[in-house]
Amino acid sequence: MFTAIRTLFQVFLHGFRRRYTVQYPEQRRYLPPRWRGRIILSRDKKGNERCVACYLCAAACPVGCIALGATQDEHGRRYPEFFRINFSRCIFCGYCEEACPTYAIQLTPDYEMSEYQRPGMVYEKEDLLIDGEGKYKDYDFYQVAAVSIKDKGKGQGLNERPPVDVRGLLP
Amino acid sequence: MLTIYIHNEPYRVKAGINLLEACLSLGFNVPYFCWHPAIKSVGACRQCAVKVFKGPEDTRGTLLMSCVVPVADGMRISIDDPEAVHFRARVIEWLMLNHPHDCPVCDEGGECHLQDMTVMTGHVQRRTRFPKRTHVNQDLGPFVAHEMNRCIQCYRCQRFYCDYAGGRDFGVFGWHDGVYFGRAQSGTLQSEFAGNLVEVCPTGVFTDKSLAQHYTRKWDLTTGPSICVHCGLGCNTIPGARYGQLRRVYSRFNSQVNGYFLCDRGRYGYEFVNSDRRILQPRLRQEDGSLAPVAKAQALAFVGQALQRGKAIGIGSPRASLETNFALRKLVGAEHYFQGESAQKSAISEAILDCLQRGPTPTVSLHEVETCDAVLLLGEDVLNTAPMLGLAIRQASRNQPLEEVARLNVPFWLDLVARLITQDQIGPIFIAATGATRLDGLARQIYRAAPDDLARIGLAIAHLVDPTAPEVSRLPDDAFSFAHPVAEVLKAAKRPLIVSGPSLGSVELIHAAANAAWALTRAGKDARLCYAAESCNSLGAAMLGGGDLTAALELLRSGQADTVLIVENDLRRHMPENDFEELLSLARCVIAVDHLEQATTQRAHCVLPAATFAEAEGTLINNEGRAQRFYKVLPPPAAVQESWRWMGELWVASGRGEASPWPNFDAIVAALASEFAIFKDVPALAPPASFRQVGQKIGRQPHRYSGRTAETADQTVFEPPPPEDADSALAFSMEGTPLEPPSALIPRYWAPGWNSLAALNKFQIEVGGPLHDGDPGQRLIAPKPYPQSPYFKDFVSPFARRPQQFLVVPHHHIYGSEPLSAASAPVASLCPKPYIALNGADAAAAGIAGADQEVVLSLAGASLRLSVILDSTLAASLAAVPAGIAPFEGLDLPAWGTIAAAPAGGQRGGGGS
Ligand code: SF4
Ligand code: SF4
Ligand code: SF4
Ligand code: SF4
Ligand code: FES
Repeated sequence: MFTAIRTLFQVFLHGFRRRYTVQYPEQRRYLPPRWRGRIILSRDKKGNERCVACYLCAAACPVGCIALGATQDEHGRRYPEFFRINFSRCIFCGYCEEACPTYAIQLTPDYEMSEYQRPGMVYEKEDLLIDGEGKYKDYDFYQVAAVSIKDKGKGQGLNERPPVDVRGLLP
Repeated sequence: MLTIYIHNEPYRVKAGINLLEACLSLGFNVPYFCWHPAIKSVGACRQCAVKVFKGPEDTRGTLLMSCVVPVADGMRISIDDPEAVHFRARVIEWLMLNHPHDCPVCDEGGECHLQDMTVMTGHVQRRTRFPKRTHVNQDLGPFVAHEMNRCIQCYRCQRFYCDYAGGRDFGVFGWHDGVYFGRAQSGTLQSEFAGNLVEVCPTGVFTDKSLAQHYTRKWDLTTGPSICVHCGLGCNTIPGARYGQLRRVYSRFNSQVNGYFLCDRGRYGYEFVNSDRRILQPRLRQEDGSLAPVAKAQALAFVGQALQRGKAIGIGSPRASLETNFALRKLVGAEHYFQGESAQKSAISEAILDCLQRGPTPTVSLHEVETCDAVLLLGEDVLNTAPMLGLAIRQASRNQPLEEVARLNVPFWLDLVARLITQDQIGPIFIAATGATRLDGLARQIYRAAPDDLARIGLAIAHLVDPTAPEVSRLPDDAFSFAHPVAEVLKAAKRPLIVSGPSLGSVELIHAAANAAWALTRAGKDARLCYAAESCNSLGAAMLGGGDLTAALELLRSGQADTVLIVENDLRRHMPENDFEELLSLARCVIAVDHLEQATTQRAHCVLPAATFAEAEGTLINNEGRAQRFYKVLPPPAAVQESWRWMGELWVASGRGEASPWPNFDAIVAALASEFAIFKDVPALAPPASFRQVGQKIGRQPHRYSGRTAETADQTVFEPPPPEDADSALAFSMEGTPLEPPSALIPRYWAPGWNSLAALNKFQIEVGGPLHDGDPGQRLIAPKPYPQSPYFKDFVSPFARRPQQFLVVPHHHIYGSEPLSAASAPVASLCPKPYIALNGADAAAAGIAGADQEVVLSLAGASLRLSVILDSTLAASLAAVPAGIAPFEGLDLPAWGTIAAAPAGGQRGGGGS
């Protein structure tokens, strides 16, 4: 009898406690930029695709839900011909982002990805590629890579000396 | 055997090797760069340092480069000595000072020896802050990409390209920290073996250009053991596929055959599999004359009826597997089976087989060629017809000079020292050919003449070596002055080798080579006889027997046949145009089974899509009679299947039985072996499909294969199971144990910590030696020791010039003469245009002003308009044309023709008469 009254009293008291329930979707919580949600592919400052199709994200992915195919333009710049993430398999572990040497692939604080049909969870490159740099600014992998691309010749990258003149005799 | 102590533990090692080889063979991980198991030691990179102690009391020891120190009995060494470990980490740090660290865009990444060694030495942090040195790259042609910034100056490329493969258009330029590896200027690499730079370079300086457009990492490639189909040598390969497309071919080690290397035809010919000429659907001729895709059942019903109704013959192919040819032979019956070569070619294949089986001289594997110390090349331009044979002969040319090195007590593997001692000495190589060959630079003496005179040279040498061999009458002085010293040198050699082949279309030449070799054997020499073969299964086709195409045509003419089933063969390449047209017009129904569209498939009534080498399994017999198995690398596209499987279905469709007699590959191999005594060992070449390792199949995909759940997600999200492979113990999946597969089934080389090709060290009994359970493949033929002279008594009359006429001889081209590789885009870009080569004197006598003039060649009833090339090396009265290149395919050469200046206008290279 006493315990029943105590329980009722406690329930009554809870009515005056602070409320934690968020009225989603009218109300949304703040999610930090490092939140691991929907994955995007970013571009560098000049608007070029950052992804160099190195396959590292695909190799790192524990569930194997990234598939891409590499190709290159006439100046030797590598990029993915297609890039597919099967989000119905993704566990949002963020390994792909960890593995990416170019900051191309990034997880975002968006988790609203429900679909009625599973094929809708398969995102292709046009679904993944955004226009901006995402959360990592000012990095352009091609400036530190050996290969020359359009508008960047040998010796014009960061921290590079001009090309060696192999026929030169000066030390 | 010696005993050495590593970390105070005794180990037994072979005498005469170096410390690095010993450590690697024992399974220790010693990092290295400049040493290569085939190119040997130079001591350039300083990466392989270990501590060597004077005795048990010596605690300080000395740092030595293990690749240049011979093992000695009782030697005490330490690999893990802290000073050695520190030294190696610093060395790699120096080597990497200017390295761009751009693995993500480097095609070597994931199978890079530099990555592996960096991880192995524990160098993890770049400390230098200075700007990096850069280099300008070169365009090295369609095969090899160049990215010099990644170079670590190990000199392997130069040592392979120039020292090992004899290339002259490559070198080291510049000095101090700016040394540059490349050509004097941009341009296509001239060596037939340039593609090996991709594998030899431990970094990403040289990478595969054909792969670059559809780049895939090694960990994503589905790979399997395969055999090169682009000439008769049967080099072992590892093709790799991804997303249903063949993406590259790497060498597969076989210590008896190709060792570590491949030629560029073999490496880059694979793209024919992806060609837009592929036939992917059964096609049936429609009322309106067009060939339209139809359902499989409809095509089978059509062919089944045609086979039942008509009097069918089957035409096989020297480029189809034994199993395919055998299945065709069973389907149409032995007396209606033809091996698909012209009378001339098939007579040569038979002669080769006969010479190898009947005579006392054993033939050679490519590896054994490297052990011969004197070579006579009779009529074969091996670098163009069987390129890897040329590379092996180049190694053979070092054997006599290396004797001096041995005499000075210098180990032969101390490559730089050995080359300094031998300088430019070359062992005895003699070349008799119709014109210049790509090996001429090695030759001690060269003789150039018409094919008949070359055969006479061979016969003359045989007689000079063994007087009981038939004599050659009326030998001119220049021929004698070639033959005599050759005979003397061959007699003095320890292991002389006679090389010939089918390319000049002369059975007499084959016989002459045999006579020369047999004479040497009779003279007590450990002689060897080697014939190149034109197609990947030329010898296998000859073993299966069957008539030639002339006989097939006869049968059609006589009305005893009216239906022709042609398997993996373009008849137009094996018969002249008139015969080809006649055959087509005589046949009521022509059925072609092939993978590429070609003249025959275009004219057939029904075309069935066949699997290429990459989508089928089969057995091929190479030029030495070695049977080798190849396996699927990727499943064939939907409507495509192996030719032998089509034969099984046609068996049912033509009412021969309820079910195919060969439901799977093992069944057809068993049937083949039970019917032909010579093939009785073929089933034992590799484990059967039921083979399991710890209950599992062997995965064609590495355990790091990526994208399993996304690869097909654009078509279905239900992730279908990987395709079953009922024909082999290999699976199209990542399944499998970490155990090493049997050598015939090794799909790739990988070992923990060794992602690059150097992982191969872990698969060998000793580095550079055979694979753990022996090299796959088995030679099916053996020589017969004869008590009596087996000599051919061919009488070949001297070549007689004919006024106003030229003997048109075929000149083979590594790129272009072989049809499958010619359909591969990178190779096609190097194929020559049709030409006619004459020597200057002949051209002037015929009133031809000079090079590039247009002439009309009248040959075998056809008039061909061609442009002239002047070739001063061509023997008199000969004209050379590119073999197997339109409009010369299907012509039996040599043949007499006339040349006249072309009238103005008209079409070049046309076949009209
Ligand atoms: S978040 Fe994890 S599971 Fe998802 S794609 Fe990236 S690596 Fe794969
Ligand atoms: S790791 Fe980054 S650069 Fe590499 S393929 Fe993935 S997204 Fe592209
Ligand atoms: S290019 Fe490659 S093989 Fe040649 S020296 Fe440089 S790293 Fe060595
Ligand atoms: S030598 Fe012949 S078998 Fe070997 S890789 Fe070249 S084409 Fe292929
Ligand atoms: S491997 Fe020994 S010094 Fe390079």
